[in-house]
Amino acid sequence: MLNIHKIISQKNLLIGGSIVFLAIGVAVFAPFIATFDPITDADLMLSEMPPDDSFIFGTDPQGRDVFSRVVYGARVSLSVGIVTQVINTFIGVSLGLVAGYMGSRWDDAIMGLTNIMLSIPVVVFALAIMAALGPGLFNIYIALGLTNWAYSCRITRAQVLSVKNSDYVKAAKVLGYSHFSIMFSQILPNVLGPVLVIATLGAAEAILMEAALSFLGLGAQPPTPSWGGMLASARELFFIAPWMSIFPGLAIFITVLGLNLFGDGLRDYLDPRNVLKSKD
Amino acid sequence: MSKNKPLLSVRQLTTQFNTPAGVVPAVREVSFDLQDGETLGVVGESGSGKSVTALSILRLIHSPPGRIVKGSIEFNGVDLLQRDESYLQKIRGNSISMIFQEPMSSLNPLMKVGEQIAEVIRQHRQVSHAESINQALEMLKKVQIPAPEKRLKDYPYQMSGGMRQRVMIAMALACQPRILIADEPTTALDVTIQCQIMELIQGLKEETGSAVLMITHDLGVIAEMAQKVIVMYAGQVVESGDVYSIFDNPLHPYTQLLLRSIPVLGRRTRNRREKLQEIEGMVPNLLNLPRGCSFFNRCPQAQDQCRRQAVELREISPNRQVRCVIATA
Repeated sequence: MLNIHKIISQKNLLIGGSIVFLAIGVAVFAPFIATFDPITDADLMLSEMPPDDSFIFGTDPQGRDVFSRVVYGARVSLSVGIVTQVINTFIGVSLGLVAGYMGSRWDDAIMGLTNIMLSIPVVVFALAIMAALGPGLFNIYIALGLTNWAYSCRITRAQVLSVKNSDYVKAAKVLGYSHFSIMFSQILPNVLGPVLVIATLGAAEAILMEAALSFLGLGAQPPTPSWGGMLASARELFFIAPWMSIFPGLAIFITVLGLNLFGDGLRDYLDPRNVLKSKD
Repeated sequence: MSKNKPLLSVRQLTTQFNTPAGVVPAVREVSFDLQDGETLGVVGESGSGKSVTALSILRLIHSPPGRIVKGSIEFNGVDLLQRDESYLQKIRGNSISMIFQEPMSSLNPLMKVGEQIAEVIRQHRQVSHAESINQALEMLKKVQIPAPEKRLKDYPYQMSGGMRQRVMIAMALACQPRILIADEPTTALDVTIQCQIMELIQGLKEETGSAVLMITHDLGVIAEMAQKVIVMYAGQVVESGDVYSIFDNPLHPYTQLLLRSIPVLGRRTRNRREKLQEIEGMVPNLLNLPRGCSFFNRCPQAQDQCRRQAVELREISPNRQVRCVIATA
């Protein structure tokens, strides 16, 4: 039921979607786009070169090409965005579905847990987990995946509560569907729209969090290129070699902007009040 | 018609809702029998407890606030009120099925209609996906949807109200239930479609031999389809009997007034300023029912004794019951 006219008329969706699509393309095809190897092509003779024809984003103190490192860094950032949101959404939707559908004690217990999660600042929580598990990309997935599911849980629960009382769910009950079938075939597909929006916006947040954690030295470890890590190492050299911080910073900025625009556009697109043209 | 053991036997069914304002007795001591292959009409105005009765039979009253406090519902000799949820899931849609008055919203908007029919079959029968789709196609043919092979892949939004109600009927009858409960199945449809849907239900009923519990406030539908009728008012059965005696010789004042308030097409009203007759007053508040007859405050023939004590349902002649002190056969 994709409506091409509607997508084109939604500028946010179009622009955000293009940026996200582009970023994913860069991450997937990194070996073909990067002009040098991000790790092994180090030449101290070419240390801290400003942007020129061969190093379009300049080089870092080890003489590695910043452009190639930004391109490969997309893999880290986007994988953090996607993996953490898959974990978040899975946890949030499962708990929200149970809370909303089963109600009573289940609802109280799950909502209590969700409110506790919401009361702890995500940064502090993620830092605590990272401190316990140690630095590294895999631990970032776990830390950010386990701490940020409260919003999708609440959204799912709220949606389930409204869908649960719809006529088609009542009809399913009357026709003898099991609770399992009602939850998964009747309710789940009808609550996923808003959850998708939350997940998109959450991915932007997770990319920023990863950059922050990498900046603090807890993320992907050198020499793996990551945007946050590159920013951290460029910090002291900002006045000597500004290109080292500007380009990874721009990469974070554009990707996060794209995801946010995409999420907003998706929300507008899925909003039933925003029907532009409807046949019959 | 055999006078053996009824297929469905409801006795003294009483369903209440606990609300902050007090206990609402939505259904009060309702009893009736449904024989195999029979159509029983349940008539009454909004809020008279028709739908709650139907949902009580399927044990789908939300609890809390709702509660079935008394009575028995015997289906095939088994009291459904004594059984657990998993037994009822096997009954619902399989042995007793139901269609609603809201065809526009009773289908899952994100599922193809063929899949929805097939899903019902898979809930109750151990069949492969392909086989269930095949049976869904057969059902679409049975409910006379044109181009069923193509319509199988339609989403609900691509269908009109009448078509969706046909799909609902197909879903309800997919497992050949013994009883079909039709809760005002044509209220939301326009008149020509109403007629088609009624004919369809009647035809399928004759074909499959299932019994129908027809809930409606349309007396014309009852006259057309039902063999037996129960009239409900304020949660109680006020009159029951076979369709001819109810229509020819209504005994309860409420039934008499109901029948008189049917508009007759073509009757001249201009000259004599004859207005359509209505029943004065309002249905009593279920939270605050009068001590005596529930119909007392609207009854033109009310007497002093009607107010003082509750009126019992009396058997006035064989298979003919009425809840009124002044009614005589």
